[in-house]
Amino acid sequence: MPILLSICFIAAVLAPLVHRLCPKYTGAKLLAAPLAMFVWLLTKLPEVGHGHSITQSFPWVRKLGLEVAFHLDGLSLLFAALISGIGILILLYTQGYFKGDPRQGRFLMFIIAFMASMLGVVLADHLLLVFIFWELTSFTSYLLIGFNHENPAARNAALQAMLVTVLGGLFLLGGMILLADAAGTWRLSEIITRGHEITQHKHYLAILILVCIGAFTKSAQFPFHFWLPNAMQAPTPASAYLHSSTMVKAGVYLLARLHPALGHTEEWTLILTTIGTVTFLLGAIMALGQHVLKRLLAYTTVSALGAMVMLLGVGTKYTIQALSVFILAHAFYKATLFMVAGGVTHETGGETSVDQLGGLRKAMPISFACAVLAGLSMGGFPPFFGFVAKETWIHAVWDFPYLVVATVIGGAAYVLVGFSTGLKPFIGKKPEGLHAHEVPLSMRIGPIVLGLGCLALAFACGPIGHHFVQPAASAVYAKDLEVHLHLWAGFNKYLVVSLVTLALGIGCYLLRPFFVKTAAALKPLAKFGPDAIYQFKLDATLRFAAWHTKKLQTGILRDYIRVTVVSAVALIGAAFWRAGGYQGWENLSPISPRVAIFGGLMIFATFATVRSKSRLRSILSLGVVGFCMALLFTFFGAPDLAMTQLVIETLTVILLALAFHHLPVFRHGSSKRTRTIDAVIAAAVGVAVTLLVLAALDVQTPTPVSDYYLEHSYKEAHGRNVVNVILVDFRALDTLGEITVLAIAALGAYALLKLRPKKEEAEK
Amino acid sequence: MTSIIFRTATRYMFPPMLVFSAYVLLRGHHYPGGGFVGGLFAGSAFSLYALAFSVAEARHILRMDPRDVTAAGLAVALLSGLPPLFSRHAFLTGTWWALPLPSGATLDIGTPLIFDIGVYFVVFGVLLTFVFSLGEE
Repeated sequence: MPILLSICFIAAVLAPLVHRLCPKYTGAKLLAAPLAMFVWLLTKLPEVGHGHSITQSFPWVRKLGLEVAFHLDGLSLLFAALISGIGILILLYTQGYFKGDPRQGRFLMFIIAFMASMLGVVLADHLLLVFIFWELTSFTSYLLIGFNHENPAARNAALQAMLVTVLGGLFLLGGMILLADAAGTWRLSEIITRGHEITQHKHYLAILILVCIGAFTKSAQFPFHFWLPNAMQAPTPASAYLHSSTMVKAGVYLLARLHPALGHTEEWTLILTTIGTVTFLLGAIMALGQHVLKRLLAYTTVSALGAMVMLLGVGTKYTIQALSVFILAHAFYKATLFMVAGGVTHETGGETSVDQLGGLRKAMPISFACAVLAGLSMGGFPPFFGFVAKETWIHAVWDFPYLVVATVIGGAAYVLVGFSTGLKPFIGKKPEGLHAHEVPLSMRIGPIVLGLGCLALAFACGPIGHHFVQPAASAVYAKDLEVHLHLWAGFNKYLVVSLVTLALGIGCYLLRPFFVKTAAALKPLAKFGPDAIYQFKLDATLRFAAWHTKKLQTGILRDYIRVTVVSAVALIGAAFWRAGGYQGWENLSPISPRVAIFGGLMIFATFATVRSKSRLRSILSLGVVGFCMALLFTFFGAPDLAMTQLVIETLTVILLALAFHHLPVFRHGSSKRTRTIDAVIAAAVGVAVTLLVLAALDVQTPTPVSDYYLEHSYKEAHGRNVVNVILVDFRALDTLGEITVLAIAALGAYALLKLRPKKEEAEK
Repeated sequence: MTSIIFRTATRYMFPPMLVFSAYVLLRGHHYPGGGFVGGLFAGSAFSLYALAFSVAEARHILRMDPRDVTAAGLAVALLSGLPPLFSRHAFLTGTWWALPLPSGATLDIGTPLIFDIGVYFVVFGVLLTFVFSLGEE
């Protein structure tokens, strides 16, 4: 697995190069990577089908116990097969969609990288590895949604998708850490066997909520659903791939994966069924009023994801079985419809509204056929796989009447969307001035394979159920299940409900103009929706950032110093306040006369510096303070410090002397008020630092660090000067960092002094 | 600032200051001193020269741009961390070689010394970058 995954990532990196060197059929060449993965998965099918799973791992960071671990069981196999299988078709489709476009190489790079990350999410066994791949999918999808980066709408949509999913990712990370803590392991394959301990753990609710937020943002659940329809700004191959069959299902995958660990509790059922049902209905109802092809599909995707979460929330063996069937059915028909929709828009010169399209059946017969297959499957008409999925679904929720009602309403909306996207553009009269022709071969293969798949899966639903659905459902349910799918289960109550749904759906389709009008009338309500809230929060954050940057980054050195030292004093003060003040007064040794003399001199010189009327006198007084300090260092046996201090003092005077005539006139200094404030701050710093130093002396550790250094300095480091040995040997890395900072500071100062505009230019 | 006494004194002080800075650098391992102070000493020698004569003249006798000296110092410090890697130790672990002297004694040479020389040049270069740019204003 790691090798195949690496091949995919390498293919992504090579994509632009391959495209530049031989631009013909790039998609077909790069297809080898997902194909290898797909074939490998198929060879593992019998093994996994019998309930075995495959684990491969090797150490990554030994000291931290991190390992790169992969795990293949029924659930990951179902997802990985969908990702790599549809990935192959998408690469071909991309080749046709971006024909002659110089950006094709870049697009292929993004989409293959995305595919590899997505495979990583479903195959990884270590929680942190899952998280890394999870974030990679957010990142690559940002690049894909914002691919048309000249378009501000695409940029905003990309940013929105990124912010929402990455925000969720942070929650997820928190949840994963708690989960690993509760389970005592980072390995998913072990976590799912410890469901009992985890659901009893005191952090269970926190884990559940955090993981759910992560999964809900990714899978566009209410109230985070808004990013998905906006993400339709992406080029169609990306929409078809990311937003129908793969990325958005990562959340569903994660929840399904963790179902054995977190599920079977009231909280799980409550959260997932509520949110899932709300999303399912919301997506379905909002789809009714749409007229843009891709948005119609996007809202039903939101709805379908809601349905998956809902089925998972109920968590009986029938709903989990229905979930697995539905994932398969949805991937097939939704990807087909997206690809056909992209083809229609592509070949009609950018027409996106369903109402402006019609009568394309003669111009695009093959697309028409594929669209009909997929549209009917979506609506749940027999004999398509969507029908099988709907039957299993209704059967599974039969004990929950309100879910049956929800299913009927949602199902009707699916029929409407299936008709609007699968039939409407192709039948009826062709509007004036609409010219189109059939899409190229590379763009036909995907829809044909998947469209026929909608039909073929239905007739092969017995073996499909046995080989694909059963292992996946067993993995989610954590018990071996027997799955038997039938295309024709006899005339029963489920079939009646199914037929009612279809009838209702056809009725809705006839009423579509009314829905579109209502939606247009309700448009003002959107400003109270989550999308508007997102926009408001984003703007507020930016305004706040602008405000505090203006306040803090004044560009005046004095202000920076003030902010820095006041913060330091506040923190030190807070620490003392918590510790109840400084208590070591009586332990202090008496002050010797020479220290008193030079200390007094320093205090005197300090006042002289502050009160002085001329700058030169200030500098000299400051020098006195520094030299006295150096003397104090020698008194207390720190010749190194004293020597450095002496040189620094000398250099300070030299530097000030050099800068002398660049400084503003002394009289125009600060006002009395500023000086008072500064005096208070300075006094506070003095007191705080003094207390800090005194308190530091009292800190007792069992064995002082200095003993270690004193002992090892000569023995191991061949040096008798411990201070220097620490600097250049024991803590050499710190010193290296410090001198690097020093060098950068010098370059900064150089740039400030040398590269500023010349006087004449500045005055202009 | 160009009094004749100052200039003459600087002329005589300059070479001993540089020698002293090297001495401070080398003795640092056993006695007070080291690369940091040594670099400051050397830097002040040149600063004094710049003050007494001019920045241009100080640059002339230095021959190199102080920024290049900084970069060279950083490179020396960085390279001094590499030898221990060959003996499977962590980066910057002190590694020592004993050089036999003709008198029969041995001289211990180690990477920390080389590292200290790097520090010396960085401090020296940084200081002069400040001083020269300020002085040329």
